[in-house]
Amino acid sequence: MRVPLWKIAHARSGDKADRADIGLFAWDAPTYAVLKREVTPERVAAHFRDQCEGPVELWPLDNILALKIMLNRALQGGAARSLRMDNLGKVVAAQLLRMEIEAPADLPRLQTK
Amino acid sequence: MKSVRIGAGLGFYGDSWQPVRASIERGSVQYIASDHLSELTLAILQKDRQKDPSAGYARDGPPMLAELWPLAVKHGVKFILNAGGLNPQGAREAIARTFREKGWKATIATVSGDSALERLDELRAAGEPLAHMDTGAALDTVRSRMLFANAYLGAKPIVRALEQGADIVLTGRVADAALSLAPLVHELGWKWDDWDKLALGLTVGHLLECSGQGSGGNFGSAAEWAGIPDYAHLGYPIAEVGADASALFTKAPGTGGRVSFDTLRQQLLYEVHNPHAYVSPDVVLDMGAIKIDDQGGDRVKLTGARGAPRPDKLKIVGGYHDGWMGTGMIGFSWPQAYAKCKKAAETIRILVAERGWPVEDTNVEYIGYNSLLGANADPTYRDQLNECFLRMTIRTRERKVADAYGRLFPWLGLSGPPYVGSMKGVQGAKELLGIWPTLVARELMESKVEIAVEKI
Repeated sequence: MRVPLWKIAHARSGDKADRADIGLFAWDAPTYAVLKREVTPERVAAHFRDQCEGPVELWPLDNILALKIMLNRALQGGAARSLRMDNLGKVVAAQLLRMEIEAPADLPRLQTK
Repeated sequence: MKSVRIGAGLGFYGDSWQPVRASIERGSVQYIASDHLSELTLAILQKDRQKDPSAGYARDGPPMLAELWPLAVKHGVKFILNAGGLNPQGAREAIARTFREKGWKATIATVSGDSALERLDELRAAGEPLAHMDTGAALDTVRSRMLFANAYLGAKPIVRALEQGADIVLTGRVADAALSLAPLVHELGWKWDDWDKLALGLTVGHLLECSGQGSGGNFGSAAEWAGIPDYAHLGYPIAEVGADASALFTKAPGTGGRVSFDTLRQQLLYEVHNPHAYVSPDVVLDMGAIKIDDQGGDRVKLTGARGAPRPDKLKIVGGYHDGWMGTGMIGFSWPQAYAKCKKAAETIRILVAERGWPVEDTNVEYIGYNSLLGANADPTYRDQLNECFLRMTIRTRERKVADAYGRLFPWLGLSGPPYVGSMKGVQGAKELLGIWPTLVARELMESKVEIAVEKI
């Protein structure tokens, strides 16, 4: 089934120069396995195609059930020259949580809601 | 077994120091590590210094100490803070003035020598191209517009200051985490090539450097943020580090917020690039084997930080003038709030084009609809919004144009679409800055670092 990430994960984002970076965290191990499979650099790049001009990098961290995602050239040159309201990229994580992925219906977080 | 407890101070210039009080009173901390400088803060301080050469430091440093120092003395707490900004001597004088007036005693050490702005030619002559780290662009493209350029120094000069008996160590630009790493090295006698221990210290500093973000603040989540207790009294994180290379994270008893597996791992990855090579001046951290063990009751144990040798180069971050931003804003109520914003935006574009203003970029956002979520905003209710604000911003080389841009908008109140309720003044031009990250051989900077110790 199609599931938006906000139902099964949490996330925080920040900035460094012209990069927006996101930590995406599964609430549990079964969900982490799904995130690792479904949240690919290509899909993230497509989700941010209107604001990320560079490549997307991604590192899975099995030890903390997390994906580290880097959006390169995503802040109009950097927070101090960006014209955007969210010049610091703090809301980029919320944008990611709106992305939908294919996930099995029996994930723990999908049972509690 | 000896251990050290460090409490987070501020997380940015302008942060609140009230939570630091609880950490000193009830958190049994020995040090407060206070981070006043974000990547952008030096740009603000540079503008201050242009107006007044005695300024250029973080102005929240002196009043924070003026308020907390008696408590710190009572509990035997030392402060390490980078509030020196571009002018550590100026900050020290401001602090010393207050301390003398009040009759307080302290040994204050000042660490300086991080500024590269006045040394750019010298550094290039020494073989450093100072090209942009990410794009490879040459320094000459921005050289004449550079407003500040400071190297991120490591923990060593802070350790030397502590060895000389400093109660307060005041620095300019140092790596944020060095503010915490230094007292750990000093107290626990870590060696400068004990990479795993230094990596743990870097991890501790990284988890403390954003104040409340390490203890439940800005907990990015769909609904779970609402379960964070007592935001009004959120306690800043505290780390206790033992000689066994583990760190226990907690916060002062009776404070709000939460220290848990989830809040800590959000901060662990915050503003980190490759998590297997998180570079600092003193060590390169691999987070891949870190274990975060939530013991409940706001106590979390962290182990498994792995370190690799420090880099040969230090990072410099410079900022250069990059034009001006003009801003205009206007808000419309139902009915058709979004449609009216769009019409206003279209009208403004016509006015700008007719004036022939040199505009490089225009950014159009609809507050209440997409100003934060951008293209990922859900358009379902776009045409039924109760109210919507148009925000338009432009980038231009001409300050006059940026100033004049905001003044186009009030006119719409009487001569544009109906039900405007937002005319609360006009925003003037704002200077835009490009950020210039680059690398420099560490000895070129470290050889100029000075530590001045003054007893008051």
